[in-house]
Amino acid sequence: MAELIPTIIAKYNYWIYITLMMIGLYAMIAKNNLVKKIVGMNIFQTAIILFYVSIGVKKGATIPISAGGHGAVHEAVHAADYLNPLPHVLMLTAIVVGVATLGVALALALRIYSRYNTLEEDEILAQIRKK
Amino acid sequence: MSQQYPALLVIVPLLSAFAISIAGWVNKRLCFPIIVTALSVAVYASVGLLLTVLEKGVVIYHLGGWPPPVGIAYYVDHLNGLVLVVVSLVALLNVIACKKSIEQEFPDKAAPFYTLYLLMVTGLLGIVVTGDAFNLYVLLEIAALTGYGLLAMGEERAPLSTLNYLYMGTIGACFYLLGVGYLYIVTGSLNMVDIARLLPPLYQSRAVLAAFIICMVGVWLKMAFFPLHAWLPNAYTHAPSAASSLIAPLVTKVMVYVMIRLILTIFTPEFAFATLALNNIVVWLAVIAIVMGAILALAERNLKRMLTFIIVAEVGYMVGGAWLGNRAGMTGAILHIANDALMTLCVFLVVGNIVYKVKGYAFENLQGLFRKMPFTMGAFVVGAMSIIGVPPTCGFFSKWYLILGALQAGHYGFMAALIFSSLVSVVLFFRIFEICYYEPFSDHHGHDHPPEPMDEAPPLMVVPLLIVAVILILVGLYTGDIVNHIIKFAIPEGLV
Repeated sequence: MAELIPTIIAKYNYWIYITLMMIGLYAMIAKNNLVKKIVGMNIFQTAIILFYVSIGVKKGATIPISAGGHGAVHEAVHAADYLNPLPHVLMLTAIVVGVATLGVALALALRIYSRYNTLEEDEILAQIRKK
Repeated sequence: MSQQYPALLVIVPLLSAFAISIAGWVNKRLCFPIIVTALSVAVYASVGLLLTVLEKGVVIYHLGGWPPPVGIAYYVDHLNGLVLVVVSLVALLNVIACKKSIEQEFPDKAAPFYTLYLLMVTGLLGIVVTGDAFNLYVLLEIAALTGYGLLAMGEERAPLSTLNYLYMGTIGACFYLLGVGYLYIVTGSLNMVDIARLLPPLYQSRAVLAAFIICMVGVWLKMAFFPLHAWLPNAYTHAPSAASSLIAPLVTKVMVYVMIRLILTIFTPEFAFATLALNNIVVWLAVIAIVMGAILALAERNLKRMLTFIIVAEVGYMVGGAWLGNRAGMTGAILHIANDALMTLCVFLVVGNIVYKVKGYAFENLQGLFRKMPFTMGAFVVGAMSIIGVPPTCGFFSKWYLILGALQAGHYGFMAALIFSSLVSVVLFFRIFEICYYEPFSDHHGHDHPPEPMDEAPPLMVVPLLIVAVILILVGLYTGDIVNHIIKFAIPEGLV
């Protein structure tokens, strides 16, 4: 137990993303309401986005903006002084993908609602079985 | 011009998709010529690329002139050269064959349908052509999101089935992204070739192991590998026929390609097969997938749904073949990507034609079809023979290599599963032939019903279908050339 706590604290970003991911997964599996499931899916995606953002962090580093500015004097840039911007840039794309997925999912939920007049999964399945 | 093929392959369909959505506002009749032109360019470019690869070896294209690992590189070798030709050809033949059924099923929505269709093909071609692990994720989601749109345009239950697919597909893509994240942590690179160069000293690292397993689970979810297949049958059955005959042949097969690319290029066979002792477990999972797919198909009384379970079994063939860990098994898996895409296209186009004429695909609807639609059913017989694995058709040859691989690996369980599923396919398809040929039974008192007149689907639907059927036989006849000139070079020499 004594060794476990430092390992948890030292890698807390991983624990947070795993916890969030599991919350999302739980909502997708256990919730009955379609919109809640979709929200769970979004939490799941966000967990991975946060994971990526957290791996760009370095101790004692600052935001990756060069003081010289664009096209100014080419001074030596020490990579260790700046956060790694690449994972953050990748996540801009992943966020867009996440928004698009959310949009498609909600549009589908809307179609389902207009057809069955409910978003509760058990009621929809009962209606399908009745036919 | 020919140096730009890799970029054209993705850019032409992408821009044409926007052109179609604009043309849809002006004049709906413009949409079809645009999509056919765009896909023909894609077929032309992919055939050109395959020929270049055969002649000069691997083609590497730097997008925007940025050299890797900083820029994104498109990387075409024998493996994806072959898959590119299959994807673009299937997409082109399918769109021509489905024009009438699209007009019949949703006359007002033809333009949005073609737009999504072309975007989906863009995504699939991009997945196959790219050499960058993160770029692959983005294209995966482009293909998936447009796929959800296409599938949801189907019958009444389609939105619900598609939503279930969306959950599973998103989890799958997220897992893949997570695996790429772990790889990025340990290597600092996203370029596939670069990762492969940096990985060997790290093979013992647990992060690499985690990355590999997470990527695999993600890809398996996307390809409906047996315990993770639950989304597939409903989503594909309720889809409009034009969408299911695009998505059923291509999506699972492209995901199998991604799996093989992960094993062969990113992680290398030494890691996947030698360092990890997972082969045996995965092949047994594939055995379960094949057997369960076959049994579940047997339980269906509905042609389209039965075919979706056959897809589940076929995914088992390819995963098992790839994981046998020897050259023959891998050859069988790669060959089966091409063959299975073509034969699935063939049988799903048949379903499309039947739905167009009979408005149903349950077994009761199939009575007397041999008399009504002789050409369609002729193509169906060829497709069915190929799925069963009867010699002149291509399905026999990939099964042959898979069984050879199983024998070499000493994995008799996999061999037994292949033979079992072939036997079940015989039952499945001959049951349908019987219904189509003999039913409705005539009564025995001599006054037979007059035979139903021939009522074949329009030539625009039948001709592409017959072309696919001929291709099935041609690919079978030229299997030796495909294996010796293409697939042999797709597999690294380390794999014996």
